[in-house]
Amino acid sequence: MEMLDPTSELTPEGRQPLARLTDLKGKRVALLDISKPRGNVFLDRIEDLLKQHGAETRRYKKPTFTRVAPDTLRQEIAGDCDAVLEALAD
Amino acid sequence: MPNLTLVVKKSCETCLLIEPVIRLLAELPTTKIISQDTLDFAADIAVNYDETLEISHKLGIEVVPTLIVDEDGQEVARTHGWDRDQWQSILGLTLTSDIPAFRPGCGSKTHDPGMQERLAARFDQDKLVSRRLAFEDVDPFEVGFDQGWSDGLPVIPPTAERVFRMLAGTTRSPQELIGSVPPDYAPCTVEKIAINAVMAGCLPEYLPVVITAVEAVLEDQFCMHGLLATTYFSGPMIVVNGPISRSIGMNSGGNALGQGNRANATIGRALQLVIRNVGGGKPGGVDRAALGNPGKYTFCFAEDELNSCWPSLAEDSGFAPQQSTVTVFAADGMQGIVDQKSRTPESLARSFAAGLRAIGHPKMVQGSDAFLVISPEHERVFRDANWQKNRLIDELIELLMIPGAELVQGAQGIAEGIPETLKDRTICKFRDGGLRIVRAGGRAGLFSAIIAGWGASGAIGSVPVTKEIYT
Repeated sequence: MEMLDPTSELTPEGRQPLARLTDLKGKRVALLDISKPRGNVFLDRIEDLLKQHGAETRRYKKPTFTRVAPDTLRQEIAGDCDAVLEALAD
Repeated sequence: MPNLTLVVKKSCETCLLIEPVIRLLAELPTTKIISQDTLDFAADIAVNYDETLEISHKLGIEVVPTLIVDEDGQEVARTHGWDRDQWQSILGLTLTSDIPAFRPGCGSKTHDPGMQERLAARFDQDKLVSRRLAFEDVDPFEVGFDQGWSDGLPVIPPTAERVFRMLAGTTRSPQELIGSVPPDYAPCTVEKIAINAVMAGCLPEYLPVVITAVEAVLEDQFCMHGLLATTYFSGPMIVVNGPISRSIGMNSGGNALGQGNRANATIGRALQLVIRNVGGGKPGGVDRAALGNPGKYTFCFAEDELNSCWPSLAEDSGFAPQQSTVTVFAADGMQGIVDQKSRTPESLARSFAAGLRAIGHPKMVQGSDAFLVISPEHERVFRDANWQKNRLIDELIELLMIPGAELVQGAQGIAEGIPETLKDRTICKFRDGGLRIVRAGGRAGLFSAIIAGWGASGAIGSVPVTKEIYT
């Protein structure tokens, strides 16, 4: 029996992760708050720890947790930072 | 000399009547006689037996006899049935006067019940572009499970013939792009929706409703991606208004929110299958619901607008009663409201408000929207008191203005709540426009229903969307 494929028929392209940071010293780390309650509590603590390891931090925030991050925000983080940490919180 | 093509069938009385004319035309060197049902009609002349009906299908024959004249490969004239004057005019010949001057034709075999879809599946394969998958030696009803296409219930195998039949329900092109379905943001065509509608069990006449529901959930303000990804209970609910809800036999009466009506059941299911199969949204994948709700199989009903004393949900959004619409809402399951004693609108409104206050959490405010589904017997209380729908909403909003002291964290011995800094404020349970009323249900029963929404409503989350249905 022949059937028509109900799916999108997309095949995701396999991508290698970027090289991991070997050292935080002098690196700029983005801290992305997705706008869920208490995300700031989590990120404040992470920020303290990162600074103790010599990293510079920069804070970012999504307009709402219910939608994917706007392209401009993702591009800004990618352009300005060496790594990003995202807080899911609640 | 122009080329003549004459399509006939022996089982047609009109074709039998004009057999002398068929013989006459068969003598012309440029005539092709196509017989749909036998090799020996007309007798003793050479005919092309169109056993597979491919020729008739490609010629677009609807009636026999059909006479087609073409010159240099271009059709220049066509007539069907028997009309001597017209045939003589087209052919430039004088034809026998021994038979009546006029007889209507008969239906072409290409239009026997179910034949159009069978022929399309066989001879119009290029009109559908989805990948064709062949399965051998398997139970076709197990394929949907094996391939991961199923929502947990059996699906109708989406054969090309069934998909062609489904597409007859819309005037839209199969390749029309409806939008990109999250979470994969995969392009979704009418064809892909039709395939999933087949699997859900839809009839072709439901397809315009399904397409519009897909369009509605893909509106940015509906926030389908977030609704799918959330840990909350919700999924898309569909309310259908207008003439189409009646013409396709939807249930807006007894058990409107329950099982047993094919349109209600399969339209909601088809939308969910599109999200699963085209969008790639599956439980345990991007669908992160902690519990979900049974409405994520299907949640679709019609409003009983003809028996209501109030404007319909669609009219509330500016549509006219003769327009058919789909409204989508990010909904949890339903919660009943039982009030068998109230005979005044003031008392019944207080019952509704008490139920509405509990959604999500009695201390949660400005979170979920809600749909209040009012049954006929409850509506009668408001009808008898001449309360319009707006009046009821205004009264409910007033009853749901809650002192902050009752809502703050720790109040009533419950840690959940709003920040202490808001304790002196009075806050409404709902955001502006967050409470809507729909009328549905059976004639007996002093019960109504609350359908609560996703905890993220309004600009930060989902706003209900109403769209007109086009065929």
